[in-house]
Amino acid sequence: MNATDALALLPLLLLAGTAVVVMLGIAVKRSHELTMGLALAGLAASFLSIFAVARLVPRQVTSLLLIDGYALFYLGLIVASATAVAVLSYQYFAKHDGQHEELYLLLVLATLGCAVLVTSIHFASFLLGLEILSVSLYGMVAYFTLRGQALEAGIKYLILASASAAFLLFGMALIYADTGTMAFSSIADLSVGKSNLALLLPGIALTVTGIGFKLGVVPFHLWTPDVYEGAPAPVSAFVATTSKTALVALLLRFLTAGTRQSPAVFFVFSVIAVASMCAGNLLALRQNNVKRVLAYSSIAHFGYILVAFLAAATMAPGAIAFYLVAYTVTVLTAFGIVTVLSTSEADAADLEDYRGLFWRRPVLASIFTAVLLSLAGIPATMGFIGKFYILASGANASAWPLIVVLVLTSVIGLFYYLRIVVTLFSAVPERQSAMPRLAWGSAFVLGALAFLLIWFGVYPAPLLNLIRATIGGLN
Amino acid sequence: MILILLIAILLLGGILAAISARWSTVLPRWISLVAIAVDLVLAARIWAGRLLSASNAWYDEVDWNWVPNFGIHFHLAVDGLSFLMLILTFFIGIIAVLCSWTEIREKIGFFHFNLMWVLAGIASVFLAMDLFLFYFAWELMLIPMYFLIVIWGHERRVYAGTKFFLFTQCSGLLMLIAILALYFIHHQTTGVYTFQYSELLGTRLSSSAELAIMLGFFVAFAVKLPVVPLHTWLPDAHTEAPTAGSVILAGLLLKTGGYGLLRFVIPLFPHAAHKFTPVALALAVIGIIYGAVMAFSQTDLKRLVAYTSVSHLGFVLLGIFSWNALALQGAIMTMICHGLSTGALFVLVGGLQERIHTRDLNRMGGLWTVVPRLSASALFFSLASLGLPGLGDFVGEFLVLLGSYKVSVALTVLATFGILASTFYALRMMQRAFFGPRTNSWQLVDLTPRELLMISAMILGLLWLGFYPQPVLNIFAPAMHNLQHEVQTPAAALRSQP
Repeated sequence: MNATDALALLPLLLLAGTAVVVMLGIAVKRSHELTMGLALAGLAASFLSIFAVARLVPRQVTSLLLIDGYALFYLGLIVASATAVAVLSYQYFAKHDGQHEELYLLLVLATLGCAVLVTSIHFASFLLGLEILSVSLYGMVAYFTLRGQALEAGIKYLILASASAAFLLFGMALIYADTGTMAFSSIADLSVGKSNLALLLPGIALTVTGIGFKLGVVPFHLWTPDVYEGAPAPVSAFVATTSKTALVALLLRFLTAGTRQSPAVFFVFSVIAVASMCAGNLLALRQNNVKRVLAYSSIAHFGYILVAFLAAATMAPGAIAFYLVAYTVTVLTAFGIVTVLSTSEADAADLEDYRGLFWRRPVLASIFTAVLLSLAGIPATMGFIGKFYILASGANASAWPLIVVLVLTSVIGLFYYLRIVVTLFSAVPERQSAMPRLAWGSAFVLGALAFLLIWFGVYPAPLLNLIRATIGGLN
Repeated sequence: MILILLIAILLLGGILAAISARWSTVLPRWISLVAIAVDLVLAARIWAGRLLSASNAWYDEVDWNWVPNFGIHFHLAVDGLSFLMLILTFFIGIIAVLCSWTEIREKIGFFHFNLMWVLAGIASVFLAMDLFLFYFAWELMLIPMYFLIVIWGHERRVYAGTKFFLFTQCSGLLMLIAILALYFIHHQTTGVYTFQYSELLGTRLSSSAELAIMLGFFVAFAVKLPVVPLHTWLPDAHTEAPTAGSVILAGLLLKTGGYGLLRFVIPLFPHAAHKFTPVALALAVIGIIYGAVMAFSQTDLKRLVAYTSVSHLGFVLLGIFSWNALALQGAIMTMICHGLSTGALFVLVGGLQERIHTRDLNRMGGLWTVVPRLSASALFFSLASLGLPGLGDFVGEFLVLLGSYKVSVALTVLATFGILASTFYALRMMQRAFFGPRTNSWQLVDLTPRELLMISAMILGLLWLGFYPQPVLNIFAPAMHNLQHEVQTPAAALRSQP
């Protein structure tokens, strides 16, 4: 490892450094503003360093990490979304009593875990990244130690995540026993044309179980609604977007296009995709809690992403990248709205909290409407272009059954999104609580996200060009 | 550029109307009215300034690169067919603003915002010549319409609005899949990724693929038109929508279905559409009769008018799939005249409901003595709707029947029964609501000058179209020749193959 290698790792090193600085900062002086400032500065520095590193790529640093355009694209997405979460957290936690400084420490650490995941090309770095992420998330989910729901969510996440990590480790061991290597590329090379799959296939299945848990796809989805509901809203946003993005990016590296097309893997993922699309959309129908609706909708959305994942045509990596950006922007905005409407007593999760919002806070409600339409994939939002891209990559690969399931289930999905929209626009209830004031930071983040949501929905060409420039070379 | 301007004026007008509601309750109405009127004038200018060279099929067009990565263009163009639809759009738009002048008292700014944006969406649908842009506009016109129904509608508005949205969205997504299939097949044969209408026109398709893709488009348009098994959203949406919403639904939204069949299904997939003819004709006749029978048995006045739409638009489907010039001309005439006559009926029913707060036929009766001018107008438009010669609807339906007679005598006879049935429901409606004994002591205001203005404009329109339809047919003629050309060339090519 030489100086250039270290430079290539700059975004990760800066994140690690930020974690240390934030920790020391808390030790010296406990201040919410100061801690958040340090965390934000670190995240911003890490984000900017991505541009500096861009001219070094692709560069493999040791056998564990690969910094290429693909990794940098997802690094950018992860750090940017973590920054948005940090800003949203400030207003949210400032309303609550107690000590909030450690949350930023955990947030930076979790981001570091995600950053390791998207750069990793080896089981060792994969597991390291995953554990850094998971352990930080346990703390973040259960951050309100006095709220029963948060504790329940935290414990649930802890137990299930640990179990899935065990599955993952066992799967890795089986694959290693079979192929004798832990590098993704060698595994792919060695597994091509292999006749005896007695060890490899269970290995892949167990690994997929571990990843599937983190993505919250059916049948590994049971934790999702409870954790989304119990965790503080900004933390739910992080769980929903940043951590899942990192896992999808890793999954695409781990299972190369060739592996995905092998019949057994293809079959398993088809079942997971179809089950996720159906279960996510159907289970959301009866929910009255916005956070739970978002949880079930995220299950469905990762089902959609798996459709592109399976299509494996040349378009697939681009489609997935675009969809992840669209999903991240949309869901961050959604949780941003939940965050700013939450009070110190409870999160604004009940559907009734949103009744008549349009007539009281038109801008906020319009943004939320755009979010819901984006989740439903209606034109002039990013969600539409994302869905279009996924359908296109599916059609390109002639994966008609999957596409038809996607279309039919997304119509079901439309039903519960519309239900929320109707609530936003219905008459203002008689007994109305005071609306929380909107802080500058949150307002800025929400405005920027909403702008991206519409801008890339109407004019996606710049983002598509960026994706082609960075990710185009993967397959 | 004028085409961009048409849409931009509507979009900006909508935003201005929404903002201006802060200061005044009348300003949004005037802003909308002026914006649509300006559009109407601009659209008329397109006709005056059209390029008459034979090389250019379009009166005017705009073609910008939009998303080059996918070969998507922002391509708007107008020919005779689009031009007629555009004029209808702005005319009905003005009626919609006027008819909600006193009906809508709450949330006026947002109402006019939605009204203007749905018009912008519809205008874009009639102008889009890139399939992606077409789909974009197709979906986009849905959302403001949904809000119009859900916020300002009647009792069961949420149910009706959601049903409308789900039906349209589901069929729309099937069309999106069909568009994508066409896109990739076109790429396989030519190596070019494009959504351009003109380039996709000649795509060579295997007959099974052509049928499947055609069905994807057909379902989307059939839901809008509506074709009978897919019509169930229509009575609910029309009934629950506010008057302006019903007028736009009946006058314009349904026409996007007919327009889609004429613009896309027939030219893009002539062979498959030809094979599909027996099914389409049967569906058309079923729709004509079913709609008329259902209309006859309604007691809700708005629902009654809604079912007459199902019946009338059956003639459009019949005309389009009869594959000859007469029937095509009839279809386009029916589309335009139905927009006027049914739009006017909705205006009258809406006005009546505003006065007596019910749409129940059983509670009406003897209204002629109370509101003579309103009743006389209703009689006029009922007669138009049942196909009285001299009014526009007659011309359209007569031409369709003339054309379809050449294709199938039996179906034409059945369709004629539909006209007969329309006499029953129209006269029953008049009898129950306006004649007969007075069952109540309502003191009502007759048509106001504003209402009279709207109604007389529509009466004049129908009379003009009834007595002298030639200008409309002339405008449509070049587009129709193209249509027939599209239909015949591939058919001939098919025959010449060994």
